[in-house]
Amino acid sequence: MKRHEFVCIMCPMGCNLEVLEDEDVILVKGNQCKRGYEYGVKEISNPTRVLTSTVILKNSYLRRLPVKSDGEIPKGMIKDCVKFLSKIEVSAPVKMGDVIHKNILGTGVDIVSTRTVE
Amino acid sequence: MKYDLVVVGGGPAGLAAAIEARKNGVERIVLIERDRELGGILQQCIHNGFGLHVFGEQLTGPEYAERFINELNNLKIEYLTNTMVLEINDKKEVYILNQELGFRRIEAKAIILSMGCRERTRGAIGIPGFRPAGIFTAGTAQRFINIEGYMVGKKVVILGSGDIGLIMARRLTLEGAKVLAVVELMPYSTGLTRNIVQCLHDYNIPLFFEHTVIDIKGKNRVEGVTIAKVDNNRVPIRGTEVFYECDTLLLSVGLIPENELSRNAGIEIDARTSGPFVNESMETSIEGIFACGNVVHVHDLVDFVTQEAQRAGRGAARYIKGEAIDNGVVIRTVNGNGIRYIVPQKLRLENLNDEINLFMRVDNIYNNCRLDVKLDGKIIKSFKKRKVTPGEMETVKLKKSDLSTYNDCSLSIEVVKE
Repeated sequence: MKRHEFVCIMCPMGCNLEVLEDEDVILVKGNQCKRGYEYGVKEISNPTRVLTSTVILKNSYLRRLPVKSDGEIPKGMIKDCVKFLSKIEVSAPVKMGDVIHKNILGTGVDIVSTRTVE
Repeated sequence: MKYDLVVVGGGPAGLAAAIEARKNGVERIVLIERDRELGGILQQCIHNGFGLHVFGEQLTGPEYAERFINELNNLKIEYLTNTMVLEINDKKEVYILNQELGFRRIEAKAIILSMGCRERTRGAIGIPGFRPAGIFTAGTAQRFINIEGYMVGKKVVILGSGDIGLIMARRLTLEGAKVLAVVELMPYSTGLTRNIVQCLHDYNIPLFFEHTVIDIKGKNRVEGVTIAKVDNNRVPIRGTEVFYECDTLLLSVGLIPENELSRNAGIEIDARTSGPFVNESMETSIEGIFACGNVVHVHDLVDFVTQEAQRAGRGAARYIKGEAIDNGVVIRTVNGNGIRYIVPQKLRLENLNDEINLFMRVDNIYNNCRLDVKLDGKIIKSFKKRKVTPGEMETVKLKKSDLSTYNDCSLSIEVVKE
């Protein structure tokens, strides 16, 4: 049985979770509500995060355009995605929500602009 | 130039206050911003997690700002960017300066102050050592990386566990730097738990409580820092020194409300918050001058800044229309045991709508406790809390009917262990 420790971030309580993992059972201890249980299970089965970063911006007084993933990306791929994005160039004008890159590194998630630049 | 309302500062507080004032019938409004664009510090906070309370969804800083900027434009509210406010006074005159208009005097019926806050620097906390390049406040580094497109260093130590420092620990790591450690003087974090988890645990960045930086090595560029454990009096303990080789030191050691203009205007400042004393409408000690956001007290969520700014916007509108009631009966808020400050500091019952949200900060971590609200010594409400910490602002909602009084009296809130 594998043992993991997390701090739950579903609310300000910040419960200390102990997650025990067997071949087909996942046990969560220390959570004070159902959301803590769900967080514990997700953290060991498939932890994902929204990615936020910037890309190079041309044709504007701003040098960088802030972007985010339009959905959650597997935690282990975040670094590779940021590295990939650091080479991308966008030219103004661009609108908030515009797709900057489709299906980043095969995750099925798009990268969108998070601000409008005239 | 004549306006009904001048709003000083175009960050989240100023935007929300101007919008709310317009929605409450104020016609001639001008918002003044010294930067080249609206949105304030939100524009460099490209991470997400903003807006959960106000919009019920997670937005990035620029997205949160853009929603308000769009609304400002839809309501045709005037604004000036690249414009500095040099002075305001108790006659509600505002002196401004920019390249197109030059120096101007604006006469206003009301003013809303929303200048935000400023980061504490090395000078404010007195770290010994040389003064090489490579020492930044966390917010400055954030602006360099996220807006200007410059990387600040390769090997980094962060002093202070404030939210911006934590966010920057993750941001620097993702951009290829190595964050060696986050060092916190206090035995608890001054940032939000969720940031400790998402920014440090996720990337295995160590966090040392009760430690501080006692020396900086390097004359031209930072070559390393020495950290040491501190005792209960926050004095470094001899023999616990550890040297970290690094080229950059980030400081995330607290924020101070930016009240140069307020002080010069003669507005009374509360030593506990470093912001103006305000009443239920966010009005300062000078009638018709209001304040909201981080200029009043430092918030940890922008959502609360927005709510407070809307209160200021409504208050200013009521004042301009001559609808504010001042019959002399006030309730003063007093911090009891365990409470560091309460905002607003003064309530005029007649001006409350249905309820009032009080914002406060506790002085330590308390588990399983109550917040007892007392009106002239009598408990009128009690809120159970599983955990309160100085890093997370507490709010207490009171109904107008809870507060009925005919005399001046005091309302205290204290932390009681169960």
